[in-house]
Amino acid sequence: MVSAGLQQQDHAAWQLVGSIPDPEIPVLTLTDLGIIRWIRSDGDTTVVGVAPTYSGCPATEVIEASVLETLESAGYAAARVERVLSPPWTTDWISDEGRKKLAVYGIAPPDKAAESKRALFHSGQGIACPRCASIDTSRVSEFGSTPCKASWKCNSCLEPFEYFKCL
Amino acid sequence: MSIVSDNKDALFAYLLRLGDNALIAGQQLGKLVAHGPELEEEMAVANFALDYIGQARMFFSLAAEVEGAGRSEDDLAFLRDGMDFHNLLLLEQPNGDFAQTTARQFLFESFYQYQLAELAKSKEPRIAEIAVRIAREIRYHLRHHRQWLVRLGDGTEESHQRMQRSVDDLWRFTGEMFSRDEIDTWAAESGVGPDPSSLHDAWAAYVEAALDEATLRKPEQEWMASGGKQGTHTEHLGYILAEMQHIPRTYPGAEW
Repeated sequence: MVSAGLQQQDHAAWQLVGSIPDPEIPVLTLTDLGIIRWIRSDGDTTVVGVAPTYSGCPATEVIEASVLETLESAGYAAARVERVLSPPWTTDWISDEGRKKLAVYGIAPPDKAAESKRALFHSGQGIACPRCASIDTSRVSEFGSTPCKASWKCNSCLEPFEYFKCL
Repeated sequence: MSIVSDNKDALFAYLLRLGDNALIAGQQLGKLVAHGPELEEEMAVANFALDYIGQARMFFSLAAEVEGAGRSEDDLAFLRDGMDFHNLLLLEQPNGDFAQTTARQFLFESFYQYQLAELAKSKEPRIAEIAVRIAREIRYHLRHHRQWLVRLGDGTEESHQRMQRSVDDLWRFTGEMFSRDEIDTWAAESGVGPDPSSLHDAWAAYVEAALDEATLRKPEQEWMASGGKQGTHTEHLGYILAEMQHIPRTYPGAEW
């Protein structure tokens, strides 16, 4: 029998885990980023399914550690993290709320539909500058300060900015 | 998700090949960090190295689980000797000048894209999900290295010569990607991975188109080196491993 208490606890765990900030882009929570896939109870243990973003992203382990720390300090007796590879995380998992937050933070949010190659390499229209919204922008480099970002500049306000690239 | 293959030894050997390719590629590219010709290239190479190390970790942690002998992913990376490494010879070739690094990565990644596309259909579900995950990253790598191949090949006289020389020098290591031994045969017959020889034509067409665009000549060399997959390596692997493994071997179990 699934007790109401258990569901209550899961809901509380979602609240706790979901509001943890991403270590590299702290304006996003793990829920905004779309990497918390499920939370289950396995006996006394709370198990959290986390989807890694990029294979070598060093934030993955920091995220897993903060999930455990958050649950344990909130009184969860035992917690465990499982990595969920399938279906793979793509930038389409970032919530609309998350996209808005990124733009406000100064990072141009990724195109939707990462499946299409056009979006993946952004061969189409200019990305809108997160500062002045001009689309007269150009790519400086496909790579940036973290695996998930590319370096762009705005030709209108002349400011450099980062673009959260599609994966 | 459980492991479906009943031949654990063959699956372990197959996973080591995939993991070793990624690990050696990552270690080689990692050496270029702080040696990039410009900041953007520096960040690109660091990102690539990081991707490959992450890929190696996924293959090794699965391999360690399949083996079930209590070894960890770190043990597999740091406590095996050269003859127990099963990466392609191509990947252990030195970084050389930037043209050589570009040629090596381009020749491998143009193969890897097709290998991953097939591995994404693997009957071993854990391999399939890893392959889907990393195929997306390799698109970025390959695009980058193809661009440099074209830019250098169709660049100055000097850059053209160097790019051609690098492609010529490394060509003899490309045959091994498509050669098949008993492990590959097992993988193909059990649906775990592709028959490597079946990837050749798509690869050759892709490479020829790129070489053509880069105004480079396709090498005519037919003799191909092999042995990496079976553990017989060129002299370069020993140096790579010495640098990569000396800390964990000098201070076993060290943590920081």
